[in-house]
Amino acid sequence: MSEVDIEQYRINDEPFYHLQEDEINEYQAAYNARLPVMVKGPTGCGKSRFIEHMAWKLDRPLITVACNEDMTASDLVGRYLLDANGTRWVDGPLTVAARIGAICYLDEIVEARQDTTVVIHPLTDHRRELPLDKKGETVHAHKDFQLVISYNPGYQSLMKELKQSTKQRFVAMDFDYAPTKVEEGIVEKEANIDADTAKKLVQIGKVARNLKGHGLDEGISTRLLVYAASLINQGIKPANACRMALVRPITDDADIRQTLDHAIDTIFV
Amino acid sequence: MTTKELPDELIELRAQLKCSFEQIDAVFEDCIRDAQRRLSEQGVKNYLSSASLICMIGRGVEPVLQFLEVIPEMADRVGEEVISLISQGVWEASRTPNGVSIPPFMATLGEASRRLGSLELIKQYLDMLFDMMERTTGSIHGHHTTLPSPGLPHLLQQMPYLLSQVSIEGLQNWIDYGIRNYNDHPERQIDYFTLESADSRAMLQRERHGTLFADNERNLGLYLQALWQDKEYLAPYSTAKDENRLQQPYYDKVGIRIPDVFDDSDNGIKGIDRYRAMLAHMAAHRRWSTKIVADNYSPFQRIAIECLEDSRVEYLATLEYPGLHKLWLALHPAPDEEECTKTDASCIRHRLAMLSYAIKNPQHGYKNKDLLEFVQRFHDLMLTGESSAQEVAKIAVSYIARTRRQEDQAATIYFENTEVEYRDDNRHLWVFIEEGDEEEQFETPEDKEFEEVNSLPPRHYPEWDYNTKTYRPDWVSLYEGLHPSGNASEIDGILAKHSALSKRLMQVLDLLKPQNFVRVRYQEEGSELDLDVAIRSLIDFKSGATPDPRINMSHKHDSRDIAVTLLIDLSASVNEVPEGCDQSILDISREAVSLLAWAIDRLGDPLSIAGFFSNTRHDVRYLHLKGFSERWNDEVKARLAKMEAGFSTRMGAAIRHAGHFLSNQKADKKLLLILTDGEPADIDVNDDKLLIKDAYKAVSELDQKGIYSHCISLDPKADEYVSDIFGNNYTVIDNIERLPERLPQLFLSLTK
Repeated sequence: MSEVDIEQYRINDEPFYHLQEDEINEYQAAYNARLPVMVKGPTGCGKSRFIEHMAWKLDRPLITVACNEDMTASDLVGRYLLDANGTRWVDGPLTVAARIGAICYLDEIVEARQDTTVVIHPLTDHRRELPLDKKGETVHAHKDFQLVISYNPGYQSLMKELKQSTKQRFVAMDFDYAPTKVEEGIVEKEANIDADTAKKLVQIGKVARNLKGHGLDEGISTRLLVYAASLINQGIKPANACRMALVRPITDDADIRQTLDHAIDTIFV
Repeated sequence: MTTKELPDELIELRAQLKCSFEQIDAVFEDCIRDAQRRLSEQGVKNYLSSASLICMIGRGVEPVLQFLEVIPEMADRVGEEVISLISQGVWEASRTPNGVSIPPFMATLGEASRRLGSLELIKQYLDMLFDMMERTTGSIHGHHTTLPSPGLPHLLQQMPYLLSQVSIEGLQNWIDYGIRNYNDHPERQIDYFTLESADSRAMLQRERHGTLFADNERNLGLYLQALWQDKEYLAPYSTAKDENRLQQPYYDKVGIRIPDVFDDSDNGIKGIDRYRAMLAHMAAHRRWSTKIVADNYSPFQRIAIECLEDSRVEYLATLEYPGLHKLWLALHPAPDEEECTKTDASCIRHRLAMLSYAIKNPQHGYKNKDLLEFVQRFHDLMLTGESSAQEVAKIAVSYIARTRRQEDQAATIYFENTEVEYRDDNRHLWVFIEEGDEEEQFETPEDKEFEEVNSLPPRHYPEWDYNTKTYRPDWVSLYEGLHPSGNASEIDGILAKHSALSKRLMQVLDLLKPQNFVRVRYQEEGSELDLDVAIRSLIDFKSGATPDPRINMSHKHDSRDIAVTLLIDLSASVNEVPEGCDQSILDISREAVSLLAWAIDRLGDPLSIAGFFSNTRHDVRYLHLKGFSERWNDEVKARLAKMEAGFSTRMGAAIRHAGHFLSNQKADKKLLLILTDGEPADIDVNDDKLLIKDAYKAVSELDQKGIYSHCISLDPKADEYVSDIFGNNYTVIDNIERLPERLPQLFLSLTK
């Protein structure tokens, strides 16, 4: 086993998370039973933030892995590295988490290839073990270990899908953009901005979300609204901050840009 | 007034005007005084000698009168050179057979000088008209012009309207098009220049300035959806019909009607924003207005209620989108408090316009006490909440009662500064329980046309004219429909007849099913070693660097992603039975198509089949035999069984229409197969090459959209023209009997 600095994975300051329904209790219950959890929802609506918050609340280290198509099973599990002296085994993030009893969070798991994803199966059922074939070792997961994955069921589901055998190993929690008042509060607190501006930003967000499916794949995420607020805090004029953070990143379609620009002009007079 | 009554100084001037019609005497004094006021001394002399010239052309007194009346103001505006310019022009025109156009020409001068405003542009205008006249004036033997221009008088009649719609350059383009296409067809030329024909209107629309609905339809739809979550259907109405009566926008069960074009406003509001102001107002009604029973209210009460309800929904909308305030205010008239008192017309609209303006703009400056009181009442009401149409109705009725005046009953109504362009006609607000007179005012003849949608309206496609290298817009009318059905078992019989062939095909198909292998390199684990990468990796290791472990490669299935449309020529010629065969081309084609459709169904590719024929450009038929979403089922077989042929082959429009559906398919590769037995031709086209070139253009258009077109020609003489259309992408089937065998094979080879 290689040396791992557990402290780098601990979360020391409380990450701000605004409760919407009963999600904290629900997650708590899942964790108590060490059930693997799937968080689903559009981009930028608070999934990762929620997991961070829960890790802090439960005082567990959190290891996050951003999944992508090039990821192989050994990126998760571990591999032999070659150095001048020969070979050396290094644990992957999943193995580390299983050993130290951390929460392992696989973000955007659907991006990874399906032959990579199946490597998590033995950890997610009653066996809670991870075979390291190349090493000839079987790691039995720490009693505090839990696996969490995130999944955006939007446009990706046309091309990439989780297999049923993977999906049915998890309990799922749905996330969505917060109700208006709550979202205003979030933008206010995250970006440290006044309530009126937060209200207007959320209104613009709603206008764009009305176009989902009519030319926009996804509406504006809460994260972008916070970015816009940060720019306003830096002294950029609200209308310009909105264009920079809310319109230009999400679309190049001229008609949609014009419509959103006009909406910004009617809201930020 | 006779010459005896003219003042002395004018008698001499009158003598300079060598024209002895009595009608001139009657108006001479006014005209000459106007000329003296506006023109120099030389100008006046010029004026009179030019008028004399016009008298001499022998076209009667009318042109002279027109000249005398309009020239002073015109010369004042653009310069005195214009005087002889006009008279010379008229003189020259009188030497041609086009004398009948001179009075309408004179009639356009006033409007032209107002619109064009400079000598330069007037010259351009005259040159344009003369050019048109020369080109369209006909001659029988080619030497002397003997036939007057058919289109010129009509063009001149339309001129005031045309000048209001397009710039002089745009007008030149529009006229050019009409001359190019209709010079040899006098009746069609008249149709064009009277704006009766569809393409003349379409061409004019192309040249029009301003923000066109047609160009912005998607933008406005997005606006409605994004800000108002309203998905209503938008349709334009023509603002051309009547410039006097300002048509108001409205909405009903069918959709929202807005103007077809909007110029930028005088105070700098862009056309697109004027549209948005209009849509926002109607969307606000749709969100917050409810119907009121009309029977209990008088007409005056009703317009007052409409005014206040408009104000109420705009108030609520502005709370949500503050920027709308600025926009609506800029487009709202700002009437002067006293302007109506100077007339003896009814001031009711004026009072309501002031009330509406005062509600919007706190800096209105009006003093009338009643007005101020009611503005306050409105604001007080809105502070209590959203309120309702019924609530503001009470305020409206009070206002009418309080400010009622005797003059309200006057026959004329003062309209200046009272029309709010972006507000709709509020027909949705009223429900009539009893039959009365009022509701008919909403029924205009236009409504009836709009609502009668029984059969599918035709789609218009342009056609390429290789002579002028331009498209003729909206030239072809294409009607699509479902092909009538016959007996599906006939097709089953066909498939049974070709059972040997279908067995062979099945073998090929099974090999072709999505199994194509594609190599995937740089894998850590794979089915075989990639020698090049492995060697490189070893070299790295030997030299002390970390070797790349991805030294294997494997294979991946590549899926088939092809959408196919099969377009079948159903013109009359396919009914023939070729030499040596016992079936008509149509029957053989039917067999081939059935086999192909069966084969493609086994492969799982999306397939659509359609037949086409044409009967002049006004009637091109596109009959669906199989849609993309249909499987190869009995319904499709039944339509195929009933396939019939007749008429001509206007291929370009059918290709474009097929391309329209194909481009909506989500597939990597799109293939259009055209099965034809002859060249493109139609009975209303004499030039052989015209439709061939148009078909070629259509094929290139599709190519640019990523659609590959391939022609299967049954015409042994096809080589003469088919490569002009399809380049190398064609196959000629000499022996028609082999078509059922060749067609599926061809398809498979194209899509391997």
